[in-house]
Amino acid sequence: MKQGALWRTVKLGVSSLLLHKLRSALTTMGVLFGVSSVIAMLAIGEGASAEAQEQIRLLGSNNIILRSVKPREDFATGSGQTTRVVAYGLLEDDLERIEKTFPGVARVVPVREIYEEVRFGDRAMNPRVMATLPVYREVTNRVMYEGRFLSDQDMERVANVCVLSDTVANYLFPVDSPLGKTVKIGADYYTVVGVLLSRVRQQSDAAPAGKSTAEVFIPLETGRKWYGTMQVKMRAGSREMEEVELHEIVVEVADPKHVPMVAAASREMLRRNHKQADYEDIVPLELLLRAEETKRIFNIVLGSIASISLLVGGIGIMNVMLATVTERTREIGIRRALGAKRRHIVTQFLVETVVLSVGGGLFGVALGLLVPALVEHFAEMRTIITPSAPIVAFAISAGIGVVFGIYPAWRAATMDPVEALRHE
Amino acid sequence: MGQANSDTPVAELVDVTRVYRMGGNTVRALDGFSHAFGRGEYWAIMGSSGSGKSTLLNVLACIDRPTRGVYKVDGIDTGKLDDDELSELRSRKLGFVFQAYNLIPQLDVLENIMTPLFYQDDPPADGEARARKLAERVGLAQRLDHRPMQLSGGQQQRVAIARSLVNQPALILADEATGNLDSATALEILALFDELHAEGRTIVMVTHEADVGERAQHVMRLKDGRIESIIRNQHTSERSEYYAPASTAQDARDEQIAHRGDL
Repeated sequence: MKQGALWRTVKLGVSSLLLHKLRSALTTMGVLFGVSSVIAMLAIGEGASAEAQEQIRLLGSNNIILRSVKPREDFATGSGQTTRVVAYGLLEDDLERIEKTFPGVARVVPVREIYEEVRFGDRAMNPRVMATLPVYREVTNRVMYEGRFLSDQDMERVANVCVLSDTVANYLFPVDSPLGKTVKIGADYYTVVGVLLSRVRQQSDAAPAGKSTAEVFIPLETGRKWYGTMQVKMRAGSREMEEVELHEIVVEVADPKHVPMVAAASREMLRRNHKQADYEDIVPLELLLRAEETKRIFNIVLGSIASISLLVGGIGIMNVMLATVTERTREIGIRRALGAKRRHIVTQFLVETVVLSVGGGLFGVALGLLVPALVEHFAEMRTIITPSAPIVAFAISAGIGVVFGIYPAWRAATMDPVEALRHE
Repeated sequence: MGQANSDTPVAELVDVTRVYRMGGNTVRALDGFSHAFGRGEYWAIMGSSGSGKSTLLNVLACIDRPTRGVYKVDGIDTGKLDDDELSELRSRKLGFVFQAYNLIPQLDVLENIMTPLFYQDDPPADGEARARKLAERVGLAQRLDHRPMQLSGGQQQRVAIARSLVNQPALILADEATGNLDSATALEILALFDELHAEGRTIVMVTHEADVGERAQHVMRLKDGRIESIIRNQHTSERSEYYAPASTAQDARDEQIAHRGDL
């Protein structure tokens, strides 16, 4: 068919559809909502999973994080007024075993938490005070805001220096830079040598400010020197003695391929050496794989919902086109009498169906792009529109027009002209 | 599809039979019908309902195929054509004027006139110019962008006549072309047909109104799918100015040949 003829057919299709504006608009809606919901749901899902994956990746996909957890039984019985000692958690022994016996482990970083208040002048707060090694920052992929992180000299000199996370720095030093200032941790004084970006802040500027972790870092040796393994933890009404050797061990595996193996080995080792479940392990890589699996399932579910909604839209279009063909039987008869070949009639009705579905597709894409923007703005959720989503959704909607238009068009084309002309 | 030479009949039917099955009964709408419509002739087909005149028109229009027999348009045997070729033949050789005008409501006057050309495999380049000229001829040059709904019945039928001429057809078929019109408008339309006849066009018009039949050169009466009679009217093209009421129709006939079966 010549270009002019096709253009004329499209024009005719549009003017035929405009004869029934409401009907055409309603028919278009089916595809419109199908397409827009696919795009919007994909964008929201993509955004959520990207955020989850990024968070996991920030923990370090090469890392295995072991944490001390207070065993459950103690919560049930620990309501007495008397001071008692609860001993639990990871041991220096565990650290040593991992360091010495595990193959494929690059670096192992212990963390010990100190339950003390941090104070500067009349401002005080209770961040996580962590005594750790200088490599902590590298292993956990943290970024400095200003100054430096803990150094090997700090360790050797057992220096009273600390690094604040920006949350703590902003609270204690609302105006000045904290560098070189002295803060009080418990009873001792520490010189601030650096400010570290909080994890949340580190992610991206676009990410809405969520819970940021207040953290203070001091050299591991300093922590060992001034604070024993036995610490008092203040609870509502009662005080509790806790004996924890290490609160956290970050194991960095040299090759990400070996992460699952090292994770399994450390689980096995801990299971043997600990009578109670007083530890947990976090394997970001496993979480990542799980998140990807979740995303895959999500995509399958989404895909099914999308196909169903587009199928429903397509059926709606087919229904209306069948009615249209019946209604325009006489027109078909006239056109056939005047010399229209079957393919002319097929093209005419197919073009009408495609105009309907493509129209729905276009508005659907527009709405599908608008909804994620609104969600981002009002629900403060991250959304990502992959360029392929609108294109694929649009192409499918056009395809639906063809698939669901073929039968009505064929019905129109195979009508007997004599019967069609007699039709009222 | 070239132009046949002038002595070939425009439409030639030989022993055409058309049988319908309606429930258990078979109806012979045309029963061994044979006739040749010559070039430049103006025929009126008359007969009571069920006489086969609609079937004859459908066969002539190439939208219905004979069960048996041969139908040639301009020398082309339609029995040998497939659906597409038959459609092409309609768009090139035939012009239609229907009782209910049958314009396409979504199209304006100009587009309606051009419709048969749209469907030709190789449409003429001057189609639009032709359509404009024809619109002018039927007095609708000022209404080219009107939709059929905005026109009166008479105007719609003029558009339909212009449409039937746009492809320069060998044969113009009219089905009760004045049936939906008031008598004054009907006369205008009939005058237009007289003009076309005077120009040498071949017209076959189905009608049940005797006074319409009077305007034609020949009147063919059908009965039971066969020719009952053929009457040659005595008048010339000048008579297009003159209108004979039905009561005097009998006087206008000077020749009556009764036929049974074939001619």
